[in-house]
Amino acid sequence: MDASTAIAGRRPPGRSLHRFANPGRFLRLAARVQPWLTWPAMLFTLAGVAGGLFLSPADYQQGDTVRIMYIHVPCAMLAEGGFWGLAAVSLMSIVWRHPLADLAAMEIGPVGAAATALCLATGSLWGKPTWGTYWVWDARLTSVLVLFFLYVGHMMLIRAFDDQERGYRAAAIMALVGAVDLPIIKYSVNWWNTLHQPASITLTGAPTISGSLLWPLALTMVGLTLGFAAIVTARLRAAVMERRIRGLLGAQAAAA
Amino acid sequence: MTELPYIIASYVLFAFLAVVLAVTTSLRLGRARARLKALDRRADPRRERTP
Repeated sequence: MDASTAIAGRRPPGRSLHRFANPGRFLRLAARVQPWLTWPAMLFTLAGVAGGLFLSPADYQQGDTVRIMYIHVPCAMLAEGGFWGLAAVSLMSIVWRHPLADLAAMEIGPVGAAATALCLATGSLWGKPTWGTYWVWDARLTSVLVLFFLYVGHMMLIRAFDDQERGYRAAAIMALVGAVDLPIIKYSVNWWNTLHQPASITLTGAPTISGSLLWPLALTMVGLTLGFAAIVTARLRAAVMERRIRGLLGAQAAAA
Repeated sequence: MTELPYIIASYVLFAFLAVVLAVTTSLRLGRARARLKALDRRADPRRERTP
């Protein structure tokens, strides 16, 4: 512990996070956590989807189309949550140069992009019978489309350089700048007059939808969040192993 | 029920993407694990004899 840390009396956050920079330690921990993410994810998602499709009632206004909500809303939440995660690991990469942060950014991107694409597609399929159109250029839809382009741009930028470190830095800066889109998505329905409805579930207030529609939604939200974490964890484990493989092959080639 | 095709399309898309992500991820993880095991064994042949 250096003098400044001793004076502060506690470990800086970057140092405790660096404990997991050891690939062996990370792989052991991730392998132990993986089944606790994967199996509950499948159980919660299947229960939520079954409840949403067969047990919950139709909405008095929208009819059965409301059943699209049980996948559209969790996907929207994960699209935004995934980008918050991407911004967080990008910050870790830039500030603490954490070796796993860059790999995590590389693996969160495609999963977040898939969630955003699914959010846009299911929203479009919900919009046609409800609004009479698949797409309108309103603030909420457009800002989510921008989020999708940010994910795709991040995925391309991180792989665009021959020097991988430069790719990591450029993509991290892009993710941090792109995070500006997240509050715009959240408040777009309040700041502008949009076709998209305002949020029915908030962290601060009581939900404005009926409990009979809420419980399958809660199940799919938990299930898909765990599923997102399970897939990112598995991809990150594979990425760490692949990096070790490249290192071993490089060492063997140098020795030969 | 005129909304049914939209509901089915949404859930089919969701299931398709979930399966694609899960299968490609588990294949990639399995491949990386097997390759790493083989390389580790080649780098340290004593491990093969260890029970």
